[in-house]
Amino acid sequence: MDWGAIFSNAAVELISPTTAAYALAALGLAVHFGYTGLLNFGQAGFMALGAYGYAISILTFGFPVWGAFLVGVGASVVFALILGIPTLRLRADYLAIVTIAAAEIVRLLFTTNTFASVTGSANGLSGYKNEFAALNPLAEGSYGFGPFENNAYDTWLRIVAWSIVILAALLVWQVMRSPWGRVIKGIREDEDAVRALGKNVYAYKMQSLIFGGVLGTIAGMIFALPRAVVPSNYQTTLTFFIYAILLLGGAATVLGPIIGSMIFWVLLSFFSGFVARAVEAGWLPFMTAIQGGQLRFILVGVAIMLIVIFRPQGIFGNKKELAFVR
Amino acid sequence: MSANAGPQGSPAPLEPPVPTQKPIKTTGLHIGEAEPGCAKVDPILVVDNVRRTFGGLTAVDVAHVEVPRGAITALIGPNGAGKTTLFNLLTGFDKPDDGKWTFDGRSLAGVPAYRVARMGQIRTFQLTKALGLLTVMDNMLLGAKGQTGENMFRALMPFLWRNQEEENRAKALDLLTRFKLDTKKDDYAASLSGGQRKLLEMARALMSDPTLVMLDEPMAGVNPALTQSLLDHILNLKSQGMTVLFVEHDMHMVRHIADWVIVMAEGKVVAEGDPHEVMKNPAVIDAYLGQHHDEDIGEDLGAETENVSAIKELLDDER
Ligand SMILES: Nc1ncnc2c1ncn2[C@@H]1O[C@H](COP(=O)(O)OP(=O)(O)OP(=O)(O)O)[C@@H](O)[C@H]1O
Ligand SMILES: [Mg+2]
Repeated sequence: MDWGAIFSNAAVELISPTTAAYALAALGLAVHFGYTGLLNFGQAGFMALGAYGYAISILTFGFPVWGAFLVGVGASVVFALILGIPTLRLRADYLAIVTIAAAEIVRLLFTTNTFASVTGSANGLSGYKNEFAALNPLAEGSYGFGPFENNAYDTWLRIVAWSIVILAALLVWQVMRSPWGRVIKGIREDEDAVRALGKNVYAYKMQSLIFGGVLGTIAGMIFALPRAVVPSNYQTTLTFFIYAILLLGGAATVLGPIIGSMIFWVLLSFFSGFVARAVEAGWLPFMTAIQGGQLRFILVGVAIMLIVIFRPQGIFGNKKELAFVR
Repeated sequence: MSANAGPQGSPAPLEPPVPTQKPIKTTGLHIGEAEPGCAKVDPILVVDNVRRTFGGLTAVDVAHVEVPRGAITALIGPNGAGKTTLFNLLTGFDKPDDGKWTFDGRSLAGVPAYRVARMGQIRTFQLTKALGLLTVMDNMLLGAKGQTGENMFRALMPFLWRNQEEENRAKALDLLTRFKLDTKKDDYAASLSGGQRKLLEMARALMSDPTLVMLDEPMAGVNPALTQSLLDHILNLKSQGMTVLFVEHDMHMVRHIADWVIVMAEGKVVAEGDPHEVMKNPAVIDAYLGQHHDEDIGEDLGAETENVSAIKELLDDER
């Protein structure tokens, strides 16, 4: 058993761009669910809009990086408006149903052959990285140490991704401790009471939906940069993984989604390395390598269950709040 | 601010009245006979033909009613009379089948609840709505009007709203002290008792300096020792120039502080008047005991003693 490789592969995930992407998407969900009480089950749809908005803008329209970025953000603002206008006046569960359906519609639109020339249909899109790589100020070579050693492009990508995560975390932290955030948290507790105090609840819910959605969209762009854009990546399971991360870290916290994402990916990588090698070594004779690949999700699920059972408020959640959970 | 309409309008005392002090009643509020829908000298709220049905049930059907400015008006009536529904309609939390009403001369039909509140007509709820996982202080601060930091972009620049926040905090602390909640200011509202939540909701409503305060059963569940101080708070609102409309089942309280009483039954306004006169109105006794109470008497002993005690309470003179 090569424990060194298992641990070092797991450590790689600590600061990988994918971890950053999940952290940012979970931060968006924290704004929606943790702070405002909006049940958005369509975060994968926001991420898909970011990834495709970015990739299509560059590949089909030849936009610069910032132009492609704005296209993705714009698309998600429109998406949030379409979702929010009919549902935010209704009960909370309606938003859940509409978002889960809308995210699937988005994914199927990107999968269908009708737009294959633009979206690449089921094969997706690739070859949009040069524009981003061209902005890299780092000279060729290798940076970092040990498991965190990367080439110039990967280092550049990590710097950008984590800078965005830190910036977004500061932004969320600041607005949530302001009077705006107080209204938002009030809406989570009882929107009629907030309405009775003269606040336009509908407008606040819309702002929250857009804000969290845009964070999800930017996460989608970060997620797309180390790989290709493939529609099957944006299934509902993606949203559920992000919810798992959010609950792991603490729903109404800023650090929770970030640390939650790190734990999630490190655990996932650790179990996958461990199971693969255990099958190889014949420790699990009843299992094939493919079954082993599935087992890691089961193990991560168990680990998350244990955390949620023994620390239900999440890692960073406030224990005091739990005494009053309705 | 000349708030009191009556000829004997009370001089606004600067200090809150001491518990033992007899409240100064505002009189001369109405024009002509004290009958359902009678005109007021200076109405703040005028309701016309407001009707709300739930399926086949007509919960509210008010032909005309006026609420006098600068006075304390009680809205009473048996359970299910439509008092809460009327509150919901008047504050934009529910839509009537038809009808119109004005507040301070401005029509409120179709105006969303948050705008109604911004105009200065603030309500509390019968089923208390404390924001559980916000601290008592945050609950209070939410009540303040016109906050710069409630705009998402200005929220990012604390220097724009820090001073206003401090002012609001001082004001909130002052109100909390008056409601004896100041020691709880950093606790979650969820940790308050039922009565304390009623107090918090009322204090929170006052953060916006409303013109009309609508309280739905402010005394329900409040400990009798505190009732007296709550009564003082309500009287104090009047002396500060606010108008109060409250729903209450406790007749002693109604008699004690109300300047005017509106009685509802089965969705309609059945009687209006001075709190002492209105209790003697046969329509009120009918409303509470049912139309055929004469026939019922003697039929059922339990019902009889209940009725007798209810009538006693209604007719009970002020002690
Ligand atoms: N949402 C609703 N759906 C159906 N019926 C309703 C609804 N709200 C109120 N009602 C009915 O309307 C009538 C008036 O109810 P309302 O709550 O206004 O009474 P109330 O005078 O406030 O009574 P209480 O003194 O018990 O609080 C009742 O018969 C009630 O059953
Ligand atoms: Mg009621």
